[in-house]
Amino acid sequence: MLSKYWKMFDVGLQNTFVYRWNFLLRSLFGLLPLAGTVLIWRAIFQESNASIKGYDYASMIWYFLLALLVDNLITPTEDEWQIASDIREGQINAFLVKPINYLGYRVSLYLSYRAIYTVVTILPVALVFLVFREYITLPSHAITWFFSALSLLMAAAISFLITYSVAMMAFWLLEISTLVFIIYSFEFFLSGHSFPLDIMPAWFQEVLRFVPFPYQMFFPIQVFTERVQGAALYQGLCIQAVWVFLMWLLAQTLWKRGVRKFQAYGG
Amino acid sequence: MLSTLRHYLSVYWVMLRNSLIREMSFKANFLLWILVEICWFTGQIVFIEVIYQYIDAIGDWTKWQMILLVATHQLISQIYQAFFYMNVANIPELIRTGKMDFMLMLPIDSQFAVSTKQFGLDNMVNGLVSAAIVAFSLNKLGIHPTLPQVLLYLGAIGFGVAIHYSVMFGLTTVSFWIVRAQGLISGYFNLFSLGRYPDVIFRGAIRFVFSWIIPVILVANVPARVLMNTFQGPVWIPLTQLVLSSVFVLAASRAFWKIALRQYTSASS
Repeated sequence: MLSKYWKMFDVGLQNTFVYRWNFLLRSLFGLLPLAGTVLIWRAIFQESNASIKGYDYASMIWYFLLALLVDNLITPTEDEWQIASDIREGQINAFLVKPINYLGYRVSLYLSYRAIYTVVTILPVALVFLVFREYITLPSHAITWFFSALSLLMAAAISFLITYSVAMMAFWLLEISTLVFIIYSFEFFLSGHSFPLDIMPAWFQEVLRFVPFPYQMFFPIQVFTERVQGAALYQGLCIQAVWVFLMWLLAQTLWKRGVRKFQAYGG
Repeated sequence: MLSTLRHYLSVYWVMLRNSLIREMSFKANFLLWILVEICWFTGQIVFIEVIYQYIDAIGDWTKWQMILLVATHQLISQIYQAFFYMNVANIPELIRTGKMDFMLMLPIDSQFAVSTKQFGLDNMVNGLVSAAIVAFSLNKLGIHPTLPQVLLYLGAIGFGVAIHYSVMFGLTTVSFWIVRAQGLISGYFNLFSLGRYPDVIFRGAIRFVFSWIIPVILVANVPARVLMNTFQGPVWIPLTQLVLSSVFVLAASRAFWKIALRQYTSASS
């Protein structure tokens, strides 16, 4: 049963390999915003010698290094455009008549993309970690590694399912790029890409409890840096699991409704 | 010389009109693109709001000076995007699909042909929003710039647009050698993400590279400081640097384009 998806993963690997220059360029250029981030925070911590909500310069830099790593490992890059073009150009017909689940197919491709992307970008990322090695603080409890991996996996699921759901809009809209970029701006700022969310005012963090975005990046980093522990950790992991389920439900619902609308045209 | 200029202007006018007609036939999309930019811009303002809760200034940049800087950066990139972005971003696609050959056959300069087809009216609206935020920041700072300052600011913005254009044009020209060049376009955004930071945070080699070779630091910082009159020394030094470096990157990107074309046209023979 799984073997066919394994095959797709394999084909995905081979197809994606032509993107290797693109991936390398993307990850190399992706280091520039990191340079800007490091410089601005160095300047900020020079102004205020005190810590900011428990962060000092070293732990802030460590946060952004982990953000870079999470981003490279799990953030979908071109999946939404491909799914949208599959829908628009009728490629999904092939999946409606074959015993292959389209979501399963896309997950296989997503995994193969991420695998290639990680391999291509491992050198630049490792170099960055080497440059900033004095700021690296590994977890003090071994079990944290397990919880971080679990949280990262769920973060990947949420990110992928949001991307997939947005792409499903191609069933109804001619152009999804505006929608993609609007959702992406929310993901960027509210997942903790541009700064750690716990330096925000308290009321804003309350609002964030009701959206999935922090669980795409901020929460796994909190787990790994052991800033969230004990009961709060278990509660967070449960909420994250609920978000995975809700996003999966959304993705499946949109797919079913989309296919129904799609088939109505032919009838 | 003058008649050539008039000819190019008339060609540009026709393309501009066609582009506006096309844009107005997708009104919902037009409004949504404005919303996209507002989302991203709000995120940047929120970042400034948050960090200035913990500090008073970064170097000599206070909160409203920072907002003026970010809004100036936004204003310049929106003007660039209105006139050129869509066209330059389309270059890799033109090459991949072979449509570039038609562009090269046109009886006008090839760089002009690939750079000017579409115009983004939504970006112009966002540019106006940014200009309003610049004015609001000036008001908050209690600064009343003189007319020469405003004129220098506008001139500096023009040179900033030239830098945006040259850098992205140079990047996308690389796509003559590699297929699938989305990475190059993300490179443009990543490079200019450095441009919204205040100049004081950059030191050493990074400062040198990004003020002299790829001068993204100058783009927003010089006009913002001109408008607020916060230069330590005489104002003509940074202005001259901005003018020289933008002329340099423009010439360099054009030379690179010519080299790329030479190897491209000889490829099939």
